[in-house]
Amino acid sequence: MNRLLPRLLFAPAVVSLFLWMIVPLVMTLYFSTVHYNLMQPGEKTFVGWENFAYFATDPDFAVSIVNTLVLLGSVIAITVVFGIALALLINEPFPGRGIVRVLLISPFFVMPTANALLWKHMMMNPIYGILAQVWIFFGSTPVDWLTDHPLFSVIVMVSWQWLPFACLIFITSLQSLDRDQMEAAGMDGANPLQKFWFLTLPHLGRSIAVVVMIEMIFLLSVFAEIYTTTGGGPGNESTNLAFLIFKQALMNFDVGVASAGALFAVILANIAAVFLIRMIGKNLDK
Amino acid sequence: MNHLSLIVRTIVAWLVTLTIVFPLIWLFLTAFKTELQAIAVPPELIFTPTLENFHEVQARSDYLLYARNSLITSVLSTVIGLALAAPAAYSMAFFRTKKTKDLLMWMLSTKMMPAVGALVPVYVIAQTAGMLDSLTGLTIVFTLSNLPIMVWMLYSGFKEIPPDILEAARMDGAGVWGEFVHVIRPLATGTLASTGLLCLVLSWNEAFWALNLSSANAGTLATLIASYSSPEGLFWAKLSCASLMAIAPIIVLGWFSQKQLVQGLTFGAVK
Repeated sequence: MNRLLPRLLFAPAVVSLFLWMIVPLVMTLYFSTVHYNLMQPGEKTFVGWENFAYFATDPDFAVSIVNTLVLLGSVIAITVVFGIALALLINEPFPGRGIVRVLLISPFFVMPTANALLWKHMMMNPIYGILAQVWIFFGSTPVDWLTDHPLFSVIVMVSWQWLPFACLIFITSLQSLDRDQMEAAGMDGANPLQKFWFLTLPHLGRSIAVVVMIEMIFLLSVFAEIYTTTGGGPGNESTNLAFLIFKQALMNFDVGVASAGALFAVILANIAAVFLIRMIGKNLDK
Repeated sequence: MNHLSLIVRTIVAWLVTLTIVFPLIWLFLTAFKTELQAIAVPPELIFTPTLENFHEVQARSDYLLYARNSLITSVLSTVIGLALAAPAAYSMAFFRTKKTKDLLMWMLSTKMMPAVGALVPVYVIAQTAGMLDSLTGLTIVFTLSNLPIMVWMLYSGFKEIPPDILEAARMDGAGVWGEFVHVIRPLATGTLASTGLLCLVLSWNEAFWALNLSSANAGTLATLIASYSSPEGLFWAKLSCASLMAIAPIIVLGWFSQKQLVQGLTFGAVK
């Protein structure tokens, strides 16, 4: 009875998650080896490695990997750098700080499709958009962001959304910074830059690592923004791996190839996940 | 010197904040404009607000249907999620074994897999089971997507409860159910609430599965907004209005629970 009760308690959750993980995985493995088109539901012929070869030699594949990495790298860089800057700015008290903190977290809670359209129409439209107005105000011609710089535009949208997240993490971390140590350093003649480099930054090291890994995991799946604005285009300029898989699955209805692609994505995600799990595990032991 | 730096910091902080939040402020203002005012060049800052967009959005795109779907899927996935996660978290927090940590880590790892990896099988299953474009299908997917985080957050919260209180309750003869109702629930209301809130927010904003698994019947607000992607005539004020109505509740919810939400999303890796 003593051993049974705990297991009964977590059984529903564990079983559900197990099914949620195993069933799609097994099916994906299976589908990746057959030729299966959703428009021709009857025919499933075994084709071995063909789907993988097709997906990997698709010219869009290499581009999508590059785009994915560029998207990931840029958003992480922007959110970490500006997140730290922002956190330092509002770490010390000032009038209205409570309201500022509340306002700053807002972009994070906007649903991705609304985020995308907000930027696409209100900010980036080359005629009526706010950015266009600003450009005109300064006397230059407005930029057609989504057509000429599609990936960059997506990067801007996603960074805007995740900056508050990074900032909040860094603020939390900064609050445990040792004040006495800072003061001592100041009395020893350290200037603000030195204090930042030798005291603050190392202290932030762990939270930077967490932000990077969490963003890696979630940003791999950026989809809604691309779907709602550029549709992966023009051509494949803003197609990332997630969108490419979607395209194969639900636009070309080629389940086999899409599954092969999905396995690539899972492998990529696994790499980041391994490191994050280790970090969390260490935290759990404390 | 200190006074000057305070003033400078205040001004800079407020300027930066307002710049970052500006798109949302503009969205809010535009929702109350007429279409002509919305596309005015240069942009109008002073105008008389109107409520006509709120009516039109409902008339044109059956906003209430999508809002209802969002509400149903969010609330149901939260309730079911809590029902699954709470016992699990309880068991892992108070009946800890050597395997508990591994179990928890495994649960978290299921959340780390990209949703797109499961897109194809889930779509095929949903299609076969006739659950495409159904609230049931969406609710199930939302629940499972959020379950790992919910278990994690509840576990963290339950661990904070001092075991002595439970000991005392046990010695007074409380059974497991009694323990839960009289001891855990009052002490863990905060955790339960913020975990529920987190699930609400995540489900409401969930766009990937909503876009791929639903359409006219079970579409959520996320999909409705996406359908405004291609402009048909003047529509900016309406888009702003629809977006505002869709995102406002969640932003407000987020304001009240930002700390716990971010805690949940970082899997507790930052204290």
